[in-house]
Amino acid sequence: MRPKELNLRVRIRPIAFIAILLVLWQIATVRSRTHLLPGPWETVGGVADLVREGVLLKYVTASLFRVTWGFVLAAVLAIPAGLTIGWYPRLEMALNPLIQILRPISPLAWIPIAILWFGVGDLAAIFLIFLSCFLPLLLTAINAVHRVPAMYVNAGRNFGLSPVNLVFRVLYPAVLPQLITGLRITLGVAWIVVVAAEMIAVNSGLGFLIVDARNAGNRYDLVVAGMVLIGVIGLLLDQTMRTLERAKSMRWGYSED
Amino acid sequence: MKAQTMHTLERFALPLLAMVLMLALWEYSIRWTGTKVFPSPMAVEHGLGELLRKGLLWAYIADSLRRVALGFGAAVLAGIPAGLALGWYPAVNQVVNPALQMLRPISPIAWIPVAILLFGVGDATAVFLIFLSAFFPIVVGGVSGVANVPAIFRRAGRNFGLSGPQLLARVVFPAALPQLITGLRLALGIAWVVVVAAEMIAVDSGLGYLIIDARNSGKRYDLVVAAMLIIGLIGLAMDVCFRRLQAIPSVRWGFRSES
Amino acid sequence: MALAGSILPSVKPKLSAQHINMVYTRDGASVPVLSDVNLDVANGEFLCIVGPSGCGKSTLLSMIGGFLAPTGGEIRIDGQVVSGPDPRRIFVFQERGVFPWLTVEGNIEFGLFRLSREERRRRVAHYINMVGLIGFERAYPAELSGGMKQRLEVARALAVNPDMLLLDEPFGALDSITRLTMRSELLRIWEKERNTIIFVTHDIDEAVQMADRVAVMSGRPARIQETVVIDIPHPRDISSARYLELRNGILEQLGLAHQI
Repeated sequence: MRPKELNLRVRIRPIAFIAILLVLWQIATVRSRTHLLPGPWETVGGVADLVREGVLLKYVTASLFRVTWGFVLAAVLAIPAGLTIGWYPRLEMALNPLIQILRPISPLAWIPIAILWFGVGDLAAIFLIFLSCFLPLLLTAINAVHRVPAMYVNAGRNFGLSPVNLVFRVLYPAVLPQLITGLRITLGVAWIVVVAAEMIAVNSGLGFLIVDARNAGNRYDLVVAGMVLIGVIGLLLDQTMRTLERAKSMRWGYSED
Repeated sequence: MKAQTMHTLERFALPLLAMVLMLALWEYSIRWTGTKVFPSPMAVEHGLGELLRKGLLWAYIADSLRRVALGFGAAVLAGIPAGLALGWYPAVNQVVNPALQMLRPISPIAWIPVAILLFGVGDATAVFLIFLSAFFPIVVGGVSGVANVPAIFRRAGRNFGLSGPQLLARVVFPAALPQLITGLRLALGIAWVVVVAAEMIAVDSGLGYLIIDARNSGKRYDLVVAAMLIIGLIGLAMDVCFRRLQAIPSVRWGFRSES
Repeated sequence: MALAGSILPSVKPKLSAQHINMVYTRDGASVPVLSDVNLDVANGEFLCIVGPSGCGKSTLLSMIGGFLAPTGGEIRIDGQVVSGPDPRRIFVFQERGVFPWLTVEGNIEFGLFRLSREERRRRVAHYINMVGLIGFERAYPAELSGGMKQRLEVARALAVNPDMLLLDEPFGALDSITRLTMRSELLRIWEKERNTIIFVTHDIDEAVQMADRVAVMSGRPARIQETVVIDIPHPRDISSARYLELRNGILEQLGLAHQI
């Protein structure tokens, strides 16, 4: 069998698998008692509906807008803070228990407080996203500093680099690959939280779409359409970050053993 | 000896100092802004006491933990074999993986309406959501654990005459265990976050429900914050348990650089 | 004239490799690594294979161990063609082959799963003693030094009483002092157990110090240029004239200067 043919057959298989899953889904829908759960075809119809009503673009933009703001804000604050905390062991010792307690508190648990402080709307959602990204990014930065081999820092000092230069020419490139991975994972979290935040605290966006479609008329085809869109966009965000990851670290070279 | 006692002193004194400062800041900002609604540390403490006296607290904690146990347990039972199988048979992984990658980014929270549709309001929905959210990290942990087993170990296993299943059990599984445990730890963390979310929306008991309920029926923000703190502490306890697990000698070798 | 690599025709060899060829194909281009390698090894012999880095000696050893199949030729051990890994020929890597999740005891008894518990315990105790790891039975590899881990790996290999030991630059990761100690350790063990040992190294001194015969490989595509019989009895004086003569001979074979 020529390599090209083999390649094609191998590539078809995962697609075939997904196709089988879709068929099973359709069968399950047809045979279900409630007739409420939509099948794949109805979902596609739902997406088409959304596009026609002009609602799709508006909601996707709203969700992305909130994610961007919350995420960037968190990154800009958490990364320098984390790098500093990682650098000074005393600082870390002091703050670590506090961080460990705050970390497991689901950002969603903050919802009432967010609404209290910001009312129902964009700000509350952005605040929630900020919260959910801040601590993970902080920890990523702290961890990244720990993993910089002492060798590099010593070499920098050996060559007489000033502290500022040390940070920009040694520390920053050394932590970059790990930071980017952390950013990617946290972006995924932000995407999850925005959906939840929109379900409860705002009046637009994909999360809102899901609850609204159900509440205002049991339009489960729109619900599932929303889910699919959320999944697709989440995937795209992840893939974009991965290409970024690869671009930077290919040039740099991982020093993992 | 003196240096060591200084060090131990620092380890406890510094965080204590930081927390006291935090609490003082909190208390002070309440006074300074004169807010009537946001609770002061004292108010939270009273709120906790009240919950304990009413006996609700333990019931809610038990509910949340139970749902996590069921959902996480199911995810473990399904996820570990799935992860190991996918890691062991790259051909199967190649077929199944794209489907998994598409399902993964759909936030478990987005599944809520569908879950309610399928299971109604109640425990089953919460357990289902927890299962969904814990399943993927466990599978990923299993797959990368198996994939990262150094070829040397497999070679040595075959050299000593191990058959396929024996190789899997005696070489691949122990070698993959550290990464599997990391996946489990991640999954448990996610499960704990999701249970709170699920309880806020889809059930009527548990810590998440407490938060929503306390606010809705009387703006009891002291209870809200109290509940948040408890959630944090339980999550912390879970994390500590995992760290202990990671220190066991037969897996400790896999965690060389943990902070 | 006998082919380079063959031993006295009257002795039936333990291992016989005939006309071994190995060609790697990569992105359509074929890279010949081994070309017409012929090698016989006698039972109980200590044979070293030396050659420049990347010449394919590790590849040859992997084939002998049954982990790799040659593109041409065949390898026979005890008259049977090698078709896969086998507990009768245990491969010893550099100390990273030791299983980190098992204790010293656990590692040594790894291959003994078909034996009774009595027998297992006996063998573990015997080999812990032999390689000098008494007191470390319950220790994990993370707590051992490089030399100790290497000894552990040798003990694990010996515990199954293999016919042949295949060692691929086992002392490469150790410091030079530990290396010297390990060489005499290995010889001491070999003199007791008398397995057939095939030892791959790029260190010529190491080869001349330890081996009965040294097979010298050429660069790629490699073949066995020459087999040198080391006729000095153990313990060998590494400053004796005969030792230096043999050693310099091999250096010349490989085209290396012996004056720096």
